[in-house]
Amino acid sequence: MEKGKAKANLDVFSTTLQELAEHDRDIVVVTSDSRGSGKLAPFGQRFPEQHIEVGIAEQNLVGVSAGLASAGKKVFAVSPACFLTARALEQIKNDVAYSDNPVKVVGISAGVSYGALGSTHHSLHDFAALRAINNIIVAAPADNFETKQAIKLALETNHPVYLRFGKKPMPSLKEENDDVFEFGKGRVIVEGDDVAIIATGETVFPALQAANKLKEQNIAATVISMHTIKPLDTALLATVAQKCKAIVTVEEHSVNGGLGEACASWLLQNAFSIAGSESRFPGGAWGGLFKIIGIPDEYTVTGSQQDIFNHYGINEEGIADTVLSLLNK
Amino acid sequence: MTEKELAIKSVEYRKNILKYIFHANAGHTGGSLSCIDLLNVLYNHVMNISPANFKSPDRDRYIQSKGHSVEALFVVLADKGFFPELDLHTLCKYRSHYIGHPTRKVNGVEQNTGALGHGLPISVGTALAAKMDNKKYRVFTLLGDGELPEGSNWEAALTASHYKLDNLCAIIDHNKLQITGPTSEVCNTHPIDAKFESFGWAVRHVDGHNFEQLKEIFDAIPFAEGKPNLVIAHTIKGKGVSYMENVIKWHHGVPSEKQYEDALSELDNAMVTVPDDF
Repeated sequence: MEKGKAKANLDVFSTTLQELAEHDRDIVVVTSDSRGSGKLAPFGQRFPEQHIEVGIAEQNLVGVSAGLASAGKKVFAVSPACFLTARALEQIKNDVAYSDNPVKVVGISAGVSYGALGSTHHSLHDFAALRAINNIIVAAPADNFETKQAIKLALETNHPVYLRFGKKPMPSLKEENDDVFEFGKGRVIVEGDDVAIIATGETVFPALQAANKLKEQNIAATVISMHTIKPLDTALLATVAQKCKAIVTVEEHSVNGGLGEACASWLLQNAFSIAGSESRFPGGAWGGLFKIIGIPDEYTVTGSQQDIFNHYGINEEGIADTVLSLLNK
Repeated sequence: MTEKELAIKSVEYRKNILKYIFHANAGHTGGSLSCIDLLNVLYNHVMNISPANFKSPDRDRYIQSKGHSVEALFVVLADKGFFPELDLHTLCKYRSHYIGHPTRKVNGVEQNTGALGHGLPISVGTALAAKMDNKKYRVFTLLGDGELPEGSNWEAALTASHYKLDNLCAIIDHNKLQITGPTSEVCNTHPIDAKFESFGWAVRHVDGHNFEQLKEIFDAIPFAEGKPNLVIAHTIKGKGVSYMENVIKWHHGVPSEKQYEDALSELDNAMVTVPDDF
């Protein structure tokens, strides 16, 4: 773990965009008084002609971005995920996704990153809302490597993309980042046959910590960074469903409609071995031990991001305990 | 195109709007008839848009924010040769691209619209891109007066002015009626001109059925350097068919066979009476 070098994914977003903008004058960043929270002030200073400010007006932010993209600009529309994917949801649905304007919609300080600022500033609905919208890739990079790759790939992809970033420094998940990063291909961080922990965004790191803790009790976990929520890597899901006894999903999102339910839906329709029906998996090997860890459907507990994570078991101990209880250990 | 030629075109367009709405048994009749003269002048006199240049980055752009008046747009696009007019026989039919709002699956349509309050922000972005690239194209967007309460319009109006988008022209089809009743009674937006002027726009009023005035107004763009342009076109909902004019039920009313034939006769008579010196 390169803990000393851990940066917030948002910082990596900003520096990567600056690197890319040096060679591409068509890159445009659009902000809604969000250049500070998006760590984009340096971008704006270096590339003032590639930065459009619309003020605090998220619907307009997305509509204007769609117009810019339709005229050939490579647009990153950046605003806190809570406002961007709720207030401007119709603009994302119609102006970006339905009209197929390849805007990179970037939700910053996502999930419960804003902690004690409360539910107005939390985005626990964005995966659910955007999963139900056709023609947009939905991704939450976990570490600095994934962030950098996701931005480069989003730039090359002539397609609507939603990227979701938190603001906490994120340690590297692997010592060697030699993988190929592709949207729709989950990243296997460690492999083990007892349980698969499928996490996304800033919850992958505690999932990895939980796997290390479980190893001390001779439980071998596979940890997957499922950075792309849509399209979901169902091939990888099938692989772990065949070999592991249990699957636990972890996300900084409502338990309703996010990564967990996306996995559950696919498993229910494709992998369950139900008495009297034929499993698509040889021998019906997987019995369906499954648990979604996320934010429950209640008034979210108050406190910092870490307080909220701890409260709902989105940490090393909580994830490990969930695995143990599923496996009856 | 002369005013007389435009007038004759509009009669043909109105007949086609009614034809396809009648055959589809669906459509937004009143609003299509109120804005058709505007589209006629834009496509036949003002804008540099044709099937030949539609992929060119330098073409003018037309984005119809009041997407429900799609029949007017389809009839004009067919006339301009973007697709065979026969295609419109599939309007609103199973698997047809010719649905009740503009979609880019139809050649000649710039943006998918239908939800109100979306055209202006997209147009602002498109006009902004022209300024950033030093391109000369202009962006025209048609709004309904009933959609003005959508807040996104006013957000976009601010941005247009902030970035001095004098290459943007918004046109309000001010027919003064919406599905519930007179716009002034549903949510009074008057004075529209003073509101936009206070937002930094240059505003002109025009009779939206007077070809001479329409040509003159659009030829005068930009009205003021560095200011976005607004044309408030005073129109009549259902214009051209006397029993539809200013009658709310024709917002999306479909004529019966008898009503359809009566409307065609009235329009044919109008064709005969277009004066030579128009």
